[in-house]
Amino acid sequence: MYQTTYHRPATLDEAIKLGSNDEAKYLSGGQTLIPTMKQRLASPESLVDLSGLSELQGIRADGGSLSIGAGMTHADVASSAQVREMIPALADLAGGIGDPHVRNMGTLGGSVANNDPSADYPAAVLALNATIYTNKREISADSFFNGLFETVLEEGEIITRISFPVPSKANYQKFDSPASRYALVGVFAARTDGNCRVAVTGAGNDGVFRMEAAEGALSASWSADSVGKNRPDPDDMIVDLHGTGEYRAHLVNVLAKRAVTAA
Amino acid sequence: MGAEGLGARVLRKEDKRFITGRGRYTDDYDLKDTTYAAFVRSPHAHARIKNIDVSAAEAAPGVVAVLTGSQLTDDKIGGMICGWMVHSKDGSPMNAGAHPAIAVDIVKHVGDQVAVVIAETNGQARDAAELVEVDYEELPAVVNLKAAVKDGAPQLHPEAANNISFDWAIGEKDATEAAFAAAANVVSMDITNNRLVPNPMEPRVAIGSYDPAEEHYTLYNTSQNPHLARLILSAFVGVAPEHKLRVIAPDVGGGFGSKIFVYPEETVCLWASKRIGGRPVKWTSDRTEAFLVDAHGRDHVTEAEMALDENNKITGLRVHTLANIGAYMSTFSSAVPTYLHATLLSGQYNIPNIYAEIDAVYTNTSPVDAYRGAGRPEATYVVERLMETAARQLGISPVELRRTNFITEFPHQTPVIMAYDAGDYEASLSAALSASDYDAFETRREEARSRGKLRGIGLSCYIEACGIAPSAAVGSLGAGVGLWESAEIRVNPVGTVEVLTGSHSHGQGHETTFAQLVNERLGIPIENVQIVHGDTDKVQFGMGTYGSRSGAVGMSAISKALDKIEAKTKKLAAHLLEASEADIVIEGGQVKVAGTDQALGFHEVALAAYTAHNMPEGMEPGLKEGAFYDPTNFTFPAGSYVCEVEVDPETGRTEIVQFVAADDFGTIINPMIVDGQVHGGLAQGIGQALLEGCVYDEDTGQLITASFMDYTMPRADDLPNFQVSTTKTECPGNPLGMKGCGEAGAIGSPPAVINAITDAIGNNNLSMPATPLKVWQALQQTSAAAE
Repeated sequence: MYQTTYHRPATLDEAIKLGSNDEAKYLSGGQTLIPTMKQRLASPESLVDLSGLSELQGIRADGGSLSIGAGMTHADVASSAQVREMIPALADLAGGIGDPHVRNMGTLGGSVANNDPSADYPAAVLALNATIYTNKREISADSFFNGLFETVLEEGEIITRISFPVPSKANYQKFDSPASRYALVGVFAARTDGNCRVAVTGAGNDGVFRMEAAEGALSASWSADSVGKNRPDPDDMIVDLHGTGEYRAHLVNVLAKRAVTAA
Repeated sequence: MGAEGLGARVLRKEDKRFITGRGRYTDDYDLKDTTYAAFVRSPHAHARIKNIDVSAAEAAPGVVAVLTGSQLTDDKIGGMICGWMVHSKDGSPMNAGAHPAIAVDIVKHVGDQVAVVIAETNGQARDAAELVEVDYEELPAVVNLKAAVKDGAPQLHPEAANNISFDWAIGEKDATEAAFAAAANVVSMDITNNRLVPNPMEPRVAIGSYDPAEEHYTLYNTSQNPHLARLILSAFVGVAPEHKLRVIAPDVGGGFGSKIFVYPEETVCLWASKRIGGRPVKWTSDRTEAFLVDAHGRDHVTEAEMALDENNKITGLRVHTLANIGAYMSTFSSAVPTYLHATLLSGQYNIPNIYAEIDAVYTNTSPVDAYRGAGRPEATYVVERLMETAARQLGISPVELRRTNFITEFPHQTPVIMAYDAGDYEASLSAALSASDYDAFETRREEARSRGKLRGIGLSCYIEACGIAPSAAVGSLGAGVGLWESAEIRVNPVGTVEVLTGSHSHGQGHETTFAQLVNERLGIPIENVQIVHGDTDKVQFGMGTYGSRSGAVGMSAISKALDKIEAKTKKLAAHLLEASEADIVIEGGQVKVAGTDQALGFHEVALAAYTAHNMPEGMEPGLKEGAFYDPTNFTFPAGSYVCEVEVDPETGRTEIVQFVAADDFGTIINPMIVDGQVHGGLAQGIGQALLEGCVYDEDTGQLITASFMDYTMPRADDLPNFQVSTTKTECPGNPLGMKGCGEAGAIGSPPAVINAITDAIGNNNLSMPATPLKVWQALQQTSAAAE
């Protein structure tokens, strides 16, 4: 790892001030950033650790939604009685991220801001049509993700909370990549106020995406049959050692059906 | 059996320090004034070094020195060696290309050393290493075995035409061809044995320390055989004279073969310490370096054929293997695909005619050498995949085919050197079939089908050769060393015992099992026994631990030394008790006159030996004895494994739902440790079969699986609860009747897994690792063929 300067601000304002430097990076769990730095593939001049910010903490019901602080770890979400009661699929998703070490360090905000194409949370955010709150604004899930590792977040902008509308049915099916245990394909299917959304992570070569072709049929009838033969174009899939485009496209279909059935 | 003697499930003495974080590994040694080494490594698989500019690195903060291969050459430090000479079919010696510790003109694989930076801190060394500017002229690279031997392929070493170091053969070619010509049935297969990265939990470390006043060197390193390291570094590499070099291999966190070899970094740290005036130089591999430059395992491409007569008796076996040896020949790389592989191709079966050709092939990849099992997993995979495939092709039960061909009389001379001394293959097969409820499998298959799962079952009946090895025999086959073992027993005046052994423990539990042997013989508690190993200043010489040899060879040496201790103890006690020596027995820590109440404590006899006030005529004081033990034959552990899987046809994911291992290891010292060794071996074998696959980019030679993000190590939840058991035929070749258990699990399990999956999916065309992707693709082939 290269030399870096570590800050742990106590307030959001201080964090924003420290993060306004071009060479600074926000650290919110660091489960991607720290390994990348240890491999000497990233060399931020300073790290601004967001884990001390009270503004990013807490899980609470907020009308018909579940509002989760961006600084909550995956372990917090997985073990929260509130999450388990309101959106069990989200608790299951968080409990299936990485391993205990990762879950005790990694956070909701860190994962969503990083937008790794194989991360789990973006599928939930998109399928549940969540709202992302930052220090500046609120952003709808549909307009938030912007391709591989890209979001609409601006320099210095910090996610503070994410608000998830509570679905009547939801389930996340993850097929692990054998080595990394990231999602080789992950499908989150949800039905909220009669509308169905299916979001896919791990598979798309442009990051998380919705399986819109199946959503209409699912809204009309929530069953695996409604998924039918719907699958994405194999040419749009990530290709690596553990999955061809054909395989990933096939898995999207299989997992979508399983998610609908299990929801 | 006493509470701590042979056969007792004694908890491991060494675990107290390991599980409380108080183990002392090489990296834990912080010598005064230590400097830190960082290697500049080639980013290219094959390139000519046009220029190295070290000026910016030399000027960087904390840098003590930047050293290159030309300085190593100037100091007349030799290159790395391969210690086993193998000859090609035409009688010519193998073509071992030069392997400098730091590349001078050409780099031959990604990660090859180009320079080393020595600095005050590890961070400074790494920062400065990035400032070394190397001007490379990239050359075409080849990583694929079949591509490497083609005309026109990039050439790695001028002395090895078509990248072939040697083309070796074993067995009778004409007789084998005749057997095939007369065969009623022939089974043919193309078989790939995947390349593996060893990945011990502790990465390699070397600390070189030169004392200018004494002109003496000390090397602390992560080695399975520190004496061999000292021998090679002094006699062949020439970095230090043997009597002026101490090698210490303290607690070592896993080896699996990868820490047998003498690597460039050790040479460089010793040499660099002298160059910089004697400050210690420490190098600690990071995980990426471990992937790039630790010697890898396996990597064979094989064409195999089996001939059978009308009664399903095997009449011939023919094998042609391309074995990847990587860019350079590592320490034992030539022995692995030859004498440790092709000599086991008879398996557990009566096969009258075998002919095997092995071509050892250079590629622009990390060197390949012994990895848990070393050659024997490759042989077992070939034989057991052929057996299962033959049974399917002939439409007979794979159990019956094996039984029809089992060797049942011992000793048995195979056509490929090995003379099996003892075994009962039916006993382990029966035990495995019974434990797995093999006969009721079809009912389970049907039940699984009702849940949408494809269930399959696979067998593997392996044999291996351990307890390596009779020195004269391996010498005649080209080994540069003898493979005996030494031991010394020092009884202290108070009756406690130190055992100095040339074996090296890096997970095997020697501190417990060796002490159990002392307890068995002298009756003293194991807590009064200290096992000393891993230091060339303490132990006179030894050959280290690999090839499941520490029990069969290392403990045999201890046993011989104990014979001498017992003899002297009895003689002295007879004198002290005024009894006949023939009447003295040693029991439960007492030295007694049989049939009387006359006795001395063992400690009293020990004290008498050291006070020497009252010794028999001519007896020297003291109680210390040494022995060298040279085995008369290999040992032949064998067993039968049954694997049962369920495949999800929609995703291709395989779950191992049952795994049964029935092994014959001969005499067992500590069943708990043996269970653990089998569990670990099975984890590695199942890892090879299902998960682990080292992949290089075919065009660029870059290692694609260079981290745990892409290289799949087996995790606990990938594995079932193993059902392990043992049967026993004693090995007649050593005093304790031991065969060795360290590698069996890794040897026997891969074909059982693949035989089970191919049975489940109805497609025999499946290579390791059988990832969900590959299994799904094989299922697509099956369904396409059915349409």
